[in-house]
Amino acid sequence: MSFDFSRIAIKNLFSKPATCNYPAEPRKYPERYRGSVKINIDNCIMCGLCQKKCPANAITVDRDGKTWSIERMACVQCESCVVNCPKKCLSMEQQYSEPSADKTRDSFVQQTKEEAEA
Amino acid sequence: MAKRSVIPFGPQHPVLPEPIHLDLVLEDEKVIEAIPSVGFVHRGLEKLIEKRDFNQYQYVIERTCGICSFMHGMSYCETLEKIFDVDIPDRAKYLRTIWAEMSRLHSHLLWLGLLADAFGFESLFMQSWRMREKILDMFEASTGGRVIFSVNKVGGVLKDMGRDMLNSFIETFDDMEESISALSKVFLNDVTVNSRLRGVGVLTREEAVSLGAVGPMMRASGIDIDTRLLGYEAYKDLDLDPVISTECDSYARCQVRIGEIFQSFNLIRQAVAKIPDGEIAVQVKGAPKGEAFNRVEQPRGEAIYYIKANGSMYLDRCRVRTPTFTNLQPLIKTLQGCQYADVPILILTIDPCISCTER
Repeated sequence: MSFDFSRIAIKNLFSKPATCNYPAEPRKYPERYRGSVKINIDNCIMCGLCQKKCPANAITVDRDGKTWSIERMACVQCESCVVNCPKKCLSMEQQYSEPSADKTRDSFVQQTKEEAEA
Repeated sequence: MAKRSVIPFGPQHPVLPEPIHLDLVLEDEKVIEAIPSVGFVHRGLEKLIEKRDFNQYQYVIERTCGICSFMHGMSYCETLEKIFDVDIPDRAKYLRTIWAEMSRLHSHLLWLGLLADAFGFESLFMQSWRMREKILDMFEASTGGRVIFSVNKVGGVLKDMGRDMLNSFIETFDDMEESISALSKVFLNDVTVNSRLRGVGVLTREEAVSLGAVGPMMRASGIDIDTRLLGYEAYKDLDLDPVISTECDSYARCQVRIGEIFQSFNLIRQAVAKIPDGEIAVQVKGAPKGEAFNRVEQPRGEAIYYIKANGSMYLDRCRVRTPTFTNLQPLIKTLQGCQYADVPILILTIDPCISCTER
Protein backbone atom coordinates (compact mmCIF):
# COMPACT_ATOMS: atom_id res chain seq x y z
CA MET A 1 0.00 0.00 0.00
CA SER A 2 1.53 3.32 -0.99
CA PHE A 3 0.39 6.81 -0.15
CA ASP A 4 2.26 8.59 -2.93
CA PHE A 5 -0.75 10.42 -4.21
CA SER A 6 -1.93 11.45 -0.74
CA ARG A 7 1.30 13.41 -0.34
CA ILE A 8 0.72 15.18 -3.66
CA ALA A 9 -2.90 15.90 -2.76
CA ILE A 10 -2.04 17.34 0.66
CA LYS A 11 0.76 19.47 -0.83
CA ASN A 12 -1.67 20.66 -3.47
CA LEU A 13 -4.24 21.57 -0.84
CA PHE A 14 -1.88 23.97 0.91
CA SER A 15 -0.24 25.52 -2.16
CA LYS A 16 -1.28 28.37 -4.41
CA PRO A 17 -3.71 27.52 -7.23
CA ALA A 18 -2.03 26.57 -10.51
CA THR A 19 -4.56 28.63 -12.44
CA CYS A 20 -4.87 32.40 -12.54
CA ASN A 21 -8.03 34.12 -11.37
CA TYR A 22 -9.10 35.25 -14.83
CA PRO A 23 -10.72 37.72 -15.64
CA ALA A 24 -10.22 39.47 -12.28
CA GLU A 25 -6.50 38.97 -12.76
CA PRO A 26 -5.60 39.80 -16.37
CA ARG A 27 -3.58 37.30 -18.40
CA LYS A 28 0.03 38.31 -18.90
CA TYR A 29 1.09 37.60 -22.44
CA PRO A 30 4.76 36.98 -23.19
CA GLU A 31 6.52 39.43 -25.47
CA ARG A 32 6.53 37.10 -28.48
CA TYR A 33 2.85 36.18 -28.24
CA ARG A 34 1.17 36.18 -31.64
CA GLY A 35 -2.23 37.78 -31.04
CA SER A 36 -3.19 39.67 -34.18
CA VAL A 37 -1.52 41.44 -37.08
CA LYS A 38 -1.05 45.19 -36.75
CA ILE A 39 -0.08 47.55 -39.56
CA ASN A 40 1.60 50.91 -39.55
CA ILE A 41 -0.11 51.95 -42.78
CA ASP A 42 1.93 55.14 -43.25
CA ASN A 43 5.12 53.15 -43.84
CA CYS A 44 3.50 50.60 -46.14
CA ILE A 45 4.73 50.68 -49.74
CA MET A 46 1.88 48.45 -51.00
CA CYS A 47 4.35 45.89 -52.36
CA GLY A 48 1.89 43.04 -51.81
CA LEU A 49 4.50 40.62 -50.48
CA CYS A 50 2.40 39.91 -47.39
CA GLN A 51 -0.55 38.99 -49.59
CA LYS A 52 1.63 36.67 -51.65
CA LYS A 53 3.16 34.95 -48.62
CA CYS A 54 -0.03 34.56 -46.56
CA PRO A 55 -0.90 30.83 -46.37
CA ALA A 56 -4.53 31.59 -45.51
CA ASN A 57 -5.09 34.23 -48.21
CA ALA A 58 -6.36 36.58 -45.52
CA ILE A 59 -4.57 39.72 -46.70
CA THR A 60 -5.54 41.83 -49.68
CA VAL A 61 -3.43 44.71 -50.88
CA ASP A 62 -5.08 47.16 -53.26
CA ARG A 63 -2.31 49.18 -54.83
CA ASP A 64 -4.58 51.58 -56.73
CA GLY A 65 -6.90 52.23 -53.81
CA LYS A 66 -3.91 52.41 -51.40
CA THR A 67 -5.76 49.99 -49.14
CA TRP A 68 -4.41 47.15 -47.02
CA SER A 69 -7.07 44.86 -45.61
CA ILE A 70 -7.12 41.68 -43.58
CA GLU A 71 -9.85 39.17 -42.97
CA ARG A 72 -9.50 38.63 -39.23
CA MET A 73 -11.35 35.31 -39.15
CA ALA A 74 -9.17 33.83 -41.90
CA CYS A 75 -5.86 34.94 -40.40
CA VAL A 76 -4.03 32.06 -38.71
CA GLN A 77 -1.50 34.24 -36.84
CA CYS A 78 1.46 32.51 -38.45
CA GLU A 79 3.48 35.73 -38.60
CA SER A 80 4.54 34.97 -42.17
CA CYS A 81 3.53 38.50 -43.33
CA VAL A 82 5.45 40.13 -40.49
CA VAL A 83 8.58 38.12 -41.28
CA ASN A 84 8.44 38.94 -44.98
CA CYS A 85 7.49 42.64 -44.79
CA PRO A 86 10.40 44.57 -46.38
CA LYS A 87 9.51 47.88 -44.63
CA LYS A 88 8.77 46.21 -41.26
CA CYS A 89 5.49 48.08 -41.04
CA LEU A 90 3.67 44.91 -39.98
CA SER A 91 3.93 43.58 -36.45
CA MET A 92 2.17 41.17 -34.13
CA GLU A 93 0.03 42.65 -31.41
CA GLN A 94 -0.35 40.68 -28.19
CA GLN A 95 -4.10 41.23 -28.04
CA TYR A 96 -6.01 38.77 -30.18
CA SER A 97 -8.77 40.07 -32.45
CA GLU A 98 -12.22 40.26 -30.96
CA PRO A 99 -14.55 37.28 -31.38
CA SER A 100 -17.43 37.88 -33.71
CA ALA A 101 -20.34 36.05 -35.34
CA ASP A 102 -19.67 37.78 -38.66
CA LYS A 103 -16.61 37.63 -40.82
CA THR A 104 -14.83 40.88 -40.21
CA ARG A 105 -12.47 42.55 -42.63
CA ASP A 106 -10.33 45.36 -41.31
CA SER A 107 -9.25 47.83 -43.97
CA PHE A 108 -6.59 50.47 -43.65
CA VAL A 109 -6.40 53.25 -46.23
CA GLN A 110 -3.17 55.10 -46.78
CA GLN A 111 -3.51 58.84 -46.91
CA THR A 112 -2.02 60.64 -49.88
CA LYS A 113 0.51 63.38 -49.23
CA GLU A 114 -2.07 66.08 -49.93
CA GLU A 115 -4.57 64.53 -47.54
CA ALA A 116 -1.91 64.24 -44.85
CA GLU A 117 -0.95 67.88 -45.23
CA ALA A 118 -4.54 69.13 -45.26
CA MET B 1 -20.54 -20.62 -27.13
CA ALA B 2 -21.96 -17.44 -25.72
CA LYS B 3 -24.09 -15.24 -27.90
CA ARG B 4 -22.08 -12.71 -29.89
CA SER B 5 -23.05 -9.09 -30.04
CA VAL B 6 -21.55 -6.07 -31.77
CA ILE B 7 -21.08 -2.87 -29.81
CA PRO B 8 -20.19 0.32 -31.63
CA PHE B 9 -17.46 2.25 -29.81
CA GLY B 10 -16.88 5.90 -30.77
CA PRO B 11 -16.43 8.19 -32.67
CA GLN B 12 -17.98 10.06 -29.74
CA HIS B 13 -17.03 8.42 -26.49
CA PRO B 14 -16.17 10.08 -23.16
CA VAL B 15 -12.71 8.54 -23.09
CA LEU B 16 -11.68 9.30 -26.63
CA PRO B 17 -9.72 12.47 -27.20
CA GLU B 18 -10.15 12.05 -30.94
CA PRO B 19 -12.71 10.38 -33.16
CA ILE B 20 -12.13 6.75 -34.07
CA HIS B 21 -14.86 4.21 -34.51
CA LEU B 22 -14.54 0.57 -33.52
CA ASP B 23 -17.04 -2.19 -33.98
CA LEU B 24 -16.40 -4.51 -31.05
CA VAL B 25 -17.58 -8.09 -31.41
CA LEU B 26 -18.26 -9.31 -27.88
CA GLU B 27 -18.91 -12.65 -26.28
CA ASP B 28 -20.38 -11.63 -22.94
CA GLU B 29 -17.74 -9.16 -21.69
CA LYS B 30 -14.90 -10.50 -23.79
CA VAL B 31 -13.86 -8.76 -26.99
CA ILE B 32 -13.43 -11.27 -29.80
CA GLU B 33 -12.70 -8.91 -32.62
CA ALA B 34 -12.37 -5.18 -33.18
CA ILE B 35 -12.97 -3.58 -36.57
CA PRO B 36 -11.73 0.00 -36.78
CA SER B 37 -12.89 2.70 -39.12
CA VAL B 38 -11.37 6.13 -39.46
CA GLY B 39 -12.26 9.12 -41.60
CA PHE B 40 -14.10 11.47 -39.25
CA VAL B 41 -11.55 14.27 -39.23
CA HIS B 42 -10.13 14.10 -42.72
CA ARG B 43 -9.27 17.64 -43.81
CA GLY B 44 -7.41 17.06 -47.05
CA LEU B 45 -4.18 18.70 -45.94
CA GLU B 46 -2.07 16.64 -48.35
CA LYS B 47 -4.25 17.76 -51.25
CA LEU B 48 -3.70 21.37 -50.23
CA ILE B 49 -0.11 21.04 -51.46
CA GLU B 50 -1.45 21.85 -54.92
CA LYS B 51 -2.78 25.22 -53.78
CA ARG B 52 0.03 26.50 -51.56
CA ASP B 53 3.67 27.05 -52.44
CA PHE B 54 6.28 25.14 -50.48
CA ASN B 55 6.97 28.01 -48.08
CA GLN B 56 3.30 28.55 -47.31
CA TYR B 57 2.77 24.82 -46.92
CA GLN B 58 5.04 24.82 -43.88
CA TYR B 59 2.21 26.55 -42.01
CA VAL B 60 -0.29 24.00 -43.31
CA ILE B 61 1.72 20.88 -42.47
CA GLU B 62 2.23 21.91 -38.86
CA ARG B 63 -1.53 21.99 -38.48
CA THR B 64 -1.61 18.24 -39.14
CA CYS B 65 -1.51 17.66 -35.41
CA GLY B 66 -2.07 19.78 -32.34
CA ILE B 67 0.42 17.87 -30.21
CA CYS B 68 3.41 17.20 -32.43
CA SER B 69 2.87 20.28 -34.60
CA PHE B 70 6.47 21.34 -34.16
CA MET B 71 7.80 17.98 -35.29
CA HIS B 72 5.61 17.96 -38.38
CA GLY B 73 6.91 21.38 -39.38
CA MET B 74 10.45 20.33 -38.57
CA SER B 75 10.40 17.11 -40.57
CA TYR B 76 8.80 18.85 -43.55
CA CYS B 77 11.57 21.44 -43.54
CA GLU B 78 14.22 18.74 -43.07
CA THR B 79 12.92 16.84 -46.09
CA LEU B 80 12.98 19.96 -48.24
CA GLU B 81 16.46 20.79 -46.96
CA LYS B 82 17.53 17.34 -48.21
CA ILE B 83 16.14 18.18 -51.65
CA PHE B 84 17.82 21.61 -51.65
CA ASP B 85 20.94 19.94 -50.25
CA VAL B 86 21.53 22.70 -47.71
CA ASP B 87 23.12 22.30 -44.31
CA ILE B 88 21.39 24.43 -41.73
CA PRO B 89 23.41 26.24 -39.02
CA ASP B 90 24.25 24.23 -35.90
CA ARG B 91 22.39 26.64 -33.65
CA ALA B 92 19.20 26.04 -35.62
CA LYS B 93 19.70 22.29 -35.24
CA TYR B 94 20.02 22.62 -31.49
CA LEU B 95 17.02 24.94 -31.22
CA ARG B 96 14.94 22.48 -33.22
CA THR B 97 16.10 19.65 -30.95
CA ILE B 98 15.15 21.58 -27.81
CA TRP B 99 11.70 22.42 -29.15
CA ALA B 100 11.23 18.85 -30.37
CA GLU B 101 12.05 17.45 -26.94
CA MET B 102 9.73 19.98 -25.31
CA SER B 103 7.00 18.72 -27.66
CA ARG B 104 7.72 15.18 -26.55
CA LEU B 105 7.47 16.24 -22.91
CA HIS B 106 4.15 17.93 -23.42
CA SER B 107 2.81 15.05 -25.47
CA HIS B 108 3.77 12.43 -22.90
CA LEU B 109 2.38 14.50 -20.02
CA LEU B 110 -0.85 14.92 -21.95
CA TRP B 111 -0.94 11.17 -22.50
CA LEU B 112 -0.34 10.42 -18.82
CA GLY B 113 -3.26 12.69 -17.95
CA LEU B 114 -5.53 11.03 -20.50
CA LEU B 115 -4.54 7.60 -19.22
CA ALA B 116 -5.34 8.63 -15.66
CA ASP B 117 -8.68 9.94 -16.89
CA ALA B 118 -9.34 6.65 -18.72
CA PHE B 119 -9.04 4.59 -15.56
CA GLY B 120 -11.01 7.14 -13.61
CA PHE B 121 -8.28 8.84 -11.56
CA GLU B 122 -9.39 12.43 -12.13
CA SER B 123 -7.03 14.16 -9.73
CA LEU B 124 -4.03 12.39 -11.20
CA PHE B 125 -5.19 13.60 -14.61
CA MET B 126 -5.29 17.18 -13.39
CA GLN B 127 -1.86 16.93 -11.76
CA SER B 128 -0.35 15.66 -15.03
CA TRP B 129 -1.93 18.45 -17.03
CA ARG B 130 -0.80 21.05 -14.53
CA MET B 131 2.76 20.04 -15.37
CA ARG B 132 2.03 20.16 -19.08
CA GLU B 133 0.74 23.71 -18.77
CA LYS B 134 4.22 24.90 -17.77
CA ILE B 135 5.64 23.52 -21.00
CA LEU B 136 2.93 25.30 -22.99
CA ASP B 137 3.88 28.54 -21.22
CA MET B 138 7.49 27.99 -22.25
CA PHE B 139 6.42 27.43 -25.82
CA GLU B 140 4.39 30.62 -25.66
CA ALA B 141 7.36 32.58 -24.35
CA SER B 142 9.83 31.16 -26.90
CA THR B 143 7.73 30.85 -30.06
CA GLY B 144 4.65 33.01 -29.50
CA GLY B 145 2.13 30.17 -29.75
CA ARG B 146 0.89 27.51 -27.39
CA VAL B 147 -0.11 24.85 -29.90
CA ILE B 148 0.98 25.99 -33.33
CA PHE B 149 4.48 27.40 -33.18
CA SER B 150 5.31 28.57 -36.73
CA VAL B 151 9.03 28.81 -36.01
CA ASN B 152 10.36 26.49 -38.68
CA LYS B 153 11.36 27.51 -42.12
CA VAL B 154 13.22 25.79 -44.91
CA GLY B 155 16.83 26.59 -44.03
CA GLY B 156 16.56 26.99 -40.28
CA VAL B 157 14.32 28.51 -37.65
CA LEU B 158 12.67 31.91 -37.37
CA LYS B 159 13.19 32.63 -33.70
CA ASP B 160 16.12 32.36 -31.37
CA MET B 161 16.22 31.57 -27.68
CA GLY B 162 18.68 33.65 -25.69
CA ARG B 163 20.88 32.37 -22.88
CA ASP B 164 18.58 33.92 -20.24
CA MET B 165 15.53 32.24 -21.67
CA LEU B 166 17.25 28.85 -21.91
CA ASN B 167 18.53 29.11 -18.34
CA SER B 168 15.09 30.03 -17.03
CA PHE B 169 13.65 27.01 -18.87
CA ILE B 170 16.25 24.74 -17.29
CA GLU B 171 15.31 26.08 -13.85
CA THR B 172 11.65 25.32 -14.52
CA PHE B 173 12.60 21.85 -15.77
CA ASP B 174 14.47 21.20 -12.53
CA ASP B 175 11.32 22.00 -10.52
CA MET B 176 9.18 20.00 -12.88
CA GLU B 177 11.42 16.96 -12.74
CA GLU B 178 10.96 16.82 -8.98
CA SER B 179 7.16 17.05 -9.23
CA ILE B 180 7.02 14.58 -12.10
CA SER B 181 9.12 12.01 -10.28
CA ALA B 182 6.61 12.20 -7.40
CA LEU B 183 3.79 11.86 -9.92
CA SER B 184 5.44 8.96 -11.71
CA LYS B 185 5.55 6.99 -8.47
CA VAL B 186 1.74 7.07 -8.45
CA PHE B 187 1.60 5.73 -12.00
CA LEU B 188 4.19 3.05 -11.36
CA ASN B 189 3.51 1.96 -7.76
CA ASP B 190 -0.10 2.74 -6.92
CA VAL B 191 -2.18 -0.40 -6.33
CA THR B 192 -5.29 0.78 -8.15
CA VAL B 193 -3.31 2.05 -11.15
CA ASN B 194 -1.35 -1.20 -11.29
CA SER B 195 -4.51 -3.27 -11.16
CA ARG B 196 -5.79 -1.51 -14.29
CA LEU B 197 -2.53 -1.66 -16.26
CA ARG B 198 -0.59 -4.80 -15.40
CA GLY B 199 -1.09 -7.72 -17.73
CA VAL B 200 -3.59 -5.74 -19.85
CA GLY B 201 -3.06 -5.71 -23.61
CA VAL B 202 0.05 -7.82 -23.92
CA LEU B 203 1.87 -7.36 -27.22
CA THR B 204 4.80 -9.73 -27.50
CA ARG B 205 8.06 -8.79 -29.13
CA GLU B 206 7.32 -11.00 -32.16
CA GLU B 207 3.86 -9.49 -32.59
CA ALA B 208 5.24 -5.97 -32.28
CA VAL B 209 7.73 -6.71 -35.07
CA SER B 210 5.30 -8.47 -37.39
CA LEU B 211 2.52 -5.88 -36.92
CA GLY B 212 4.88 -2.95 -37.34
CA ALA B 213 4.48 -1.22 -33.99
CA VAL B 214 6.45 2.02 -33.65
CA GLY B 215 7.54 4.35 -30.88
CA PRO B 216 6.81 3.69 -27.21
CA MET B 217 4.38 0.92 -28.22
CA MET B 218 7.30 -0.96 -29.80
CA ARG B 219 9.85 -0.11 -27.13
CA ALA B 220 7.44 -1.38 -24.45
CA SER B 221 7.68 -4.77 -26.17
CA GLY B 222 11.42 -4.82 -25.65
CA ILE B 223 12.59 -3.60 -29.06
CA ASP B 224 15.56 -1.33 -28.89
CA ILE B 225 14.85 1.05 -31.82
CA ASP B 226 14.63 4.81 -31.69
CA THR B 227 14.74 6.91 -34.87
CA ARG B 228 16.57 9.67 -32.99
CA LEU B 229 19.62 7.40 -33.06
CA LEU B 230 19.85 8.16 -36.80
CA GLY B 231 21.37 11.43 -35.61
CA TYR B 232 19.19 13.99 -37.36
CA GLU B 233 19.32 17.60 -36.09
CA ALA B 234 21.51 17.75 -32.97
CA TYR B 235 20.82 14.21 -31.75
CA LYS B 236 24.15 13.00 -33.13
CA ASP B 237 25.92 15.09 -30.46
CA LEU B 238 23.72 13.99 -27.56
CA ASP B 239 23.86 10.87 -25.43
CA LEU B 240 20.74 8.88 -25.99
CA ASP B 241 19.75 5.36 -25.03
CA PRO B 242 16.29 4.16 -26.03
CA VAL B 243 14.00 3.60 -23.04
CA ILE B 244 12.69 0.06 -23.24
CA SER B 245 10.64 -2.28 -21.14
CA THR B 246 10.21 -6.01 -21.53
CA GLU B 247 6.89 -6.43 -19.78
CA CYS B 248 4.95 -5.89 -23.05
CA ASP B 249 1.69 -4.77 -21.36
CA SER B 250 -0.05 -1.42 -20.75
CA TYR B 251 2.05 -0.91 -17.63
CA ALA B 252 5.19 -1.23 -19.75
CA ARG B 253 3.92 1.44 -22.17
CA CYS B 254 3.29 3.77 -19.25
CA GLN B 255 6.75 2.97 -17.88
CA VAL B 256 8.42 3.69 -21.23
CA ARG B 257 6.67 7.04 -21.61
CA ILE B 258 7.58 8.09 -18.09
CA GLY B 259 11.17 7.06 -18.82
CA GLU B 260 11.10 9.15 -21.98
CA ILE B 261 9.95 12.21 -20.02
CA PHE B 262 13.11 12.04 -17.91
CA GLN B 263 15.14 11.26 -21.02
CA SER B 264 13.78 14.44 -22.65
CA PHE B 265 14.77 16.52 -19.61
CA ASN B 266 18.24 15.05 -19.90
CA LEU B 267 18.45 15.71 -23.66
CA ILE B 268 17.32 19.32 -23.25
CA ARG B 269 19.95 19.88 -20.55
CA GLN B 270 22.63 18.40 -22.79
CA ALA B 271 21.49 20.50 -25.75
CA VAL B 272 21.42 23.72 -23.70
CA ALA B 273 24.92 23.01 -22.43
CA LYS B 274 26.27 22.39 -25.92
CA ILE B 275 24.32 24.93 -28.01
CA PRO B 276 26.73 26.93 -30.17
CA ASP B 277 26.37 30.63 -31.04
CA GLY B 278 25.79 31.78 -34.56
CA GLU B 279 23.19 32.15 -37.25
CA ILE B 280 19.79 30.51 -36.95
CA ALA B 281 18.96 30.21 -40.63
CA VAL B 282 20.50 30.12 -44.08
CA GLN B 283 18.97 31.65 -47.15
CA VAL B 284 17.47 29.05 -49.48
CA LYS B 285 17.01 30.28 -53.01
CA GLY B 286 15.10 28.90 -55.94
CA ALA B 287 12.57 26.11 -56.15
CA PRO B 288 13.11 22.49 -55.11
CA LYS B 289 13.52 19.70 -57.65
CA GLY B 290 13.80 16.02 -56.81
CA GLU B 291 12.47 13.74 -54.15
CA ALA B 292 13.44 12.85 -50.61
CA PHE B 293 12.50 10.67 -47.67
CA ASN B 294 12.90 11.63 -44.07
CA ARG B 295 12.33 9.78 -40.80
CA VAL B 296 11.83 11.41 -37.42
CA GLU B 297 10.91 10.15 -33.99
CA GLN B 298 7.71 11.82 -32.91
CA PRO B 299 6.29 11.33 -29.41
CA ARG B 300 4.08 8.56 -30.78
CA GLY B 301 6.76 6.90 -32.85
CA GLU B 302 8.47 7.06 -36.17
CA ALA B 303 6.95 9.35 -38.80
CA ILE B 304 8.03 9.16 -42.42
CA TYR B 305 7.98 12.09 -44.79
CA TYR B 306 8.16 11.83 -48.54
CA ILE B 307 8.29 14.89 -50.79
CA LYS B 308 8.45 15.06 -54.55
CA ALA B 309 9.24 18.42 -56.08
CA ASN B 310 9.10 19.34 -59.74
CA GLY B 311 11.25 22.46 -59.85
CA SER B 312 8.37 24.89 -59.38
CA MET B 313 7.19 26.60 -56.19
CA TYR B 314 4.40 24.03 -55.90
CA LEU B 315 5.35 20.52 -54.77
CA ASP B 316 4.01 17.45 -56.55
CA ARG B 317 3.45 15.38 -53.45
CA CYS B 318 3.92 15.54 -49.72
CA ARG B 319 3.15 12.23 -48.10
CA VAL B 320 3.22 11.64 -44.37
CA ARG B 321 3.17 8.21 -42.74
CA THR B 322 2.12 8.91 -39.19
CA PRO B 323 2.96 6.67 -36.22
CA THR B 324 -0.67 6.14 -35.20
CA PHE B 325 -1.42 4.63 -38.59
CA THR B 326 1.02 1.77 -38.05
CA ASN B 327 0.08 1.43 -34.40
CA LEU B 328 -3.54 0.67 -35.30
CA GLN B 329 -2.64 -2.94 -36.23
CA PRO B 330 -1.05 -3.69 -32.84
CA LEU B 331 -4.08 -2.04 -31.22
CA ILE B 332 -6.46 -4.43 -32.99
CA LYS B 333 -4.25 -7.32 -31.88
CA THR B 334 -4.23 -6.26 -28.23
CA LEU B 335 -8.00 -5.70 -28.26
CA GLN B 336 -8.64 -9.33 -29.25
CA GLY B 337 -9.43 -11.27 -26.13
CA CYS B 338 -9.46 -8.31 -23.74
CA GLN B 339 -12.26 -7.38 -21.37
CA TYR B 340 -14.73 -4.77 -22.58
CA ALA B 341 -13.86 -2.50 -19.63
CA ASP B 342 -10.21 -2.43 -20.73
CA VAL B 343 -10.96 -1.18 -24.25
CA PRO B 344 -10.56 2.56 -23.39
CA ILE B 345 -7.18 1.93 -21.76
CA LEU B 346 -5.95 -0.14 -24.66
CA ILE B 347 -6.97 2.50 -27.17
CA LEU B 348 -5.13 5.09 -25.11
CA THR B 349 -1.95 3.07 -24.70
CA ILE B 350 -1.12 3.46 -28.39
CA ASP B 351 -1.50 7.22 -27.80
CA PRO B 352 -3.82 7.62 -30.79
CA CYS B 353 -3.59 10.77 -32.86
CA ILE B 354 -6.37 10.35 -35.33
CA SER B 355 -6.10 13.85 -36.81
CA CYS B 356 -2.51 13.06 -37.76
CA THR B 357 -3.54 9.78 -39.32
CA GLU B 358 -6.32 11.26 -41.40
CA ARG B 359 -4.87 14.70 -42.11
